[in-house]
Amino acid sequence: MDYLDYVQMTKGQQIKYKITSFFTGIPGAIGTFLKFLGYLIKKFFAWIGNGFKSYGARFTQGDGATKASYLIMGVGNMAHKQFGKGLLFLALEIGYIFFMINFGSVYLAKIYCSGVHFDPDDYNKVADGMIGNVPVHYTVDPFFGTKTIDNLDTLDNSNNILLFFVMTVLISIAFFAIYIVNTKSAFATQEIIRSGKTPMGAVEELKMFLDERFHVTLLTLPILLLLVFNILPILFTILMAFTNYDKDHQPPGNLYRWVGFQNFADVFYSNPLKSATFGKILVWTLIWAVFATFSNYILGIVFALLINKKEIKFKGFWRTAFVITAAVPQFVTLLLMKLLLDDKGALNAMLGTQIPFLSDEWGARITVIVVNIWVGVPYTILITSGLLMNIPEDLYESARIDGANAFQQFTKITFPYIWFVTTPYLISSFVGNINNFNVIYFLTGGGPSPSSYYKAGQTDLLVTWLYKLTVNTSDFNLAAVIGIIVFVICAAGSLITFNMSKAAKNEEEFS
Amino acid sequence: MTTKQSNVATMQAGYAAKRKTTTIIVYIFLSAMVLLWLFPIFWLVLQSFRGEPGISTSYLFPKQFTFDNYIRLFTDERFPYGKWIWNTFIVAAFSCVISTLFILMVSYALSRLRFKSRKTFLNLGLILGMFPGFMSMAATYSIMELVGLKQQLFALVIVYSAGAGLGYQVAKGFFDTIPRSLDEAAKIDGATRNQIFWIIILPLSKPIIVYTALTTFTGPWADYIFVSYFMKDNSDNYTVALGLYKMLDNQTINDYFTTFCAGAVLIAIPITILFIVMQRFYVAGVTGGAVKG
Repeated sequence: MDYLDYVQMTKGQQIKYKITSFFTGIPGAIGTFLKFLGYLIKKFFAWIGNGFKSYGARFTQGDGATKASYLIMGVGNMAHKQFGKGLLFLALEIGYIFFMINFGSVYLAKIYCSGVHFDPDDYNKVADGMIGNVPVHYTVDPFFGTKTIDNLDTLDNSNNILLFFVMTVLISIAFFAIYIVNTKSAFATQEIIRSGKTPMGAVEELKMFLDERFHVTLLTLPILLLLVFNILPILFTILMAFTNYDKDHQPPGNLYRWVGFQNFADVFYSNPLKSATFGKILVWTLIWAVFATFSNYILGIVFALLINKKEIKFKGFWRTAFVITAAVPQFVTLLLMKLLLDDKGALNAMLGTQIPFLSDEWGARITVIVVNIWVGVPYTILITSGLLMNIPEDLYESARIDGANAFQQFTKITFPYIWFVTTPYLISSFVGNINNFNVIYFLTGGGPSPSSYYKAGQTDLLVTWLYKLTVNTSDFNLAAVIGIIVFVICAAGSLITFNMSKAAKNEEEFS
Repeated sequence: MTTKQSNVATMQAGYAAKRKTTTIIVYIFLSAMVLLWLFPIFWLVLQSFRGEPGISTSYLFPKQFTFDNYIRLFTDERFPYGKWIWNTFIVAAFSCVISTLFILMVSYALSRLRFKSRKTFLNLGLILGMFPGFMSMAATYSIMELVGLKQQLFALVIVYSAGAGLGYQVAKGFFDTIPRSLDEAAKIDGATRNQIFWIIILPLSKPIIVYTALTTFTGPWADYIFVSYFMKDNSDNYTVALGLYKMLDNQTINDYFTTFCAGAVLIAIPITILFIVMQRFYVAGVTGGAVKG
């Protein structure tokens, strides 16, 4: 169907067409997404393949020193008079070997069984001083007869094993990258000398870090911190999803071990309580995200339009008055709302009523959406009122001359323009609402919480459930599974919508 | 002729009258909405001056106005508000300095330098940003325990500033708008990229430096999630958000309700003012990227 057919349809048909084409477009969008993933994977392997090819090529074309640096790092540089660089490479290699022998290999070996030297589930039943082949010193409480282990520090700790394993893998990857750089550097200096030039001195090379390689200087420290305190924990958490690290298996003292995809199976179908909870929370999370996003968006535009009407004076005052609720820190505004709306809260006391704003399933759900409007609409007002001022006035002028009324002006000029510019914002606020911890946690705490939910309540989102599983119940494995699922939803959702949205298509046209 | 003119005149008059009524309706609507919007905050301020104890009263205006709640904030032993403010200030100041530096460095590199793995970094940043922020909280806590920062304020500084490298979008958008010809000209004059960054770009970027510094400074004041997990029962190292939240515990809410209100008002004032001053940057940050695609 082309544009002409579309224009000839009635309004109702057009809306129907748009809705059906949205839904029929979803498989296509998923297809594009998968194709894109395939492209990425292909590119990745091509990259590795090329890496190996040039790695081999450098070796065959290299002279003795270059070949030697494939085994002993830095020899190539040292043979070509770059002593500083060569020694640095050599030191790194020695350091890495030392690290692997003393530390890395230990944890690489233990990760296979996650340190199962003894069966963690019944260490309390063991009578003598040995668990498996590990000596353990108990202190028996004379009164209660309970046993505590004295030498906990010397026993295996699954947490440390898993953490050090991930660390060893990351360090090994970094070392491998340095190793490749070493072979490249050896070959490059060899080529420079062959062409009759002198290779760069250490000082000159260091100076490059302030100019041609300034990005390395700028990025190293932030990326290092990101690696240690962001990427390392994320990898650690992802691995936790495949263990039985829950409240019954807490190191030290207890070990946890690999359980494969058991936790995912639990969440999706095999554990009735957990899977039922997950299903209900997932559905509510999506309902919440849709309503929270669009209610804020639509009402925000309405307010912004009213404030920006030509006849309205003191525009700054009106905007600021609304923006105040977004400016106050959320833990203040939301806790204040909770106090106001509680069953015995101030609003019920002042009205003399008993309205269950927060204690009834759908009452609480409606309340969180309404309160979210209160704290969220100001953002839309801020964003769209700036945009409204950007729309050229002559567009409206000519529309008025053509006899368009205010409503037509809105649907034909204002809305398409705002919609086009704010699509990325809409996507990010949808993702933001899926992750909207504050509104739910401070207002209802996830409640009301019937027993048909596993450690959660009827207004809990996936992320607040994740928080409760981590903080209150220490079910780290389940929390990790939820985290991964939230990531998949957010990543897939934003990629698919972005592919489908006009903004993405137009960008391709222009570039 | 005259009838036609008078017709137009009455039409215009009618049109103007209609316009006037819609304007009045809009004014009334906006005023009502603003009252509704600000009522809860007005209520909070009133409660903070309330002399009568207890959670809620059935009347809006307190019978007894008092400053005692504010005084109590700084004299109470059980909930040391002053100490929380100091803790939060320390954490905020350190993470502000580190994060601002990191954000400027990363966004400058990604915006104005061209290197082989630039696209990879941008994509990686996008992917990392999609993990729920506190998903790896337990793992981070283990790491902190290992490096001896268990329940320490400095652990919070690290958590807030380690992820700073990912918050480059707004500043990158700003750097993108500075004309590249400036760099080119400086390069021809023999300046290194390091010199260009410090001598040419940074002085031009004062607004974005101020914005980054203020947002990274206010972040720790509003965070509840990480503090609540990292500090657990170490109440000496609570920050304002966690401390105020603890005041509303079932056992203490009755005694401390009005004190909570006073504490909330006190902490909200500076942050609200900062936000209102900085709001135009927020808009530029969100829509800037969209317009350029």
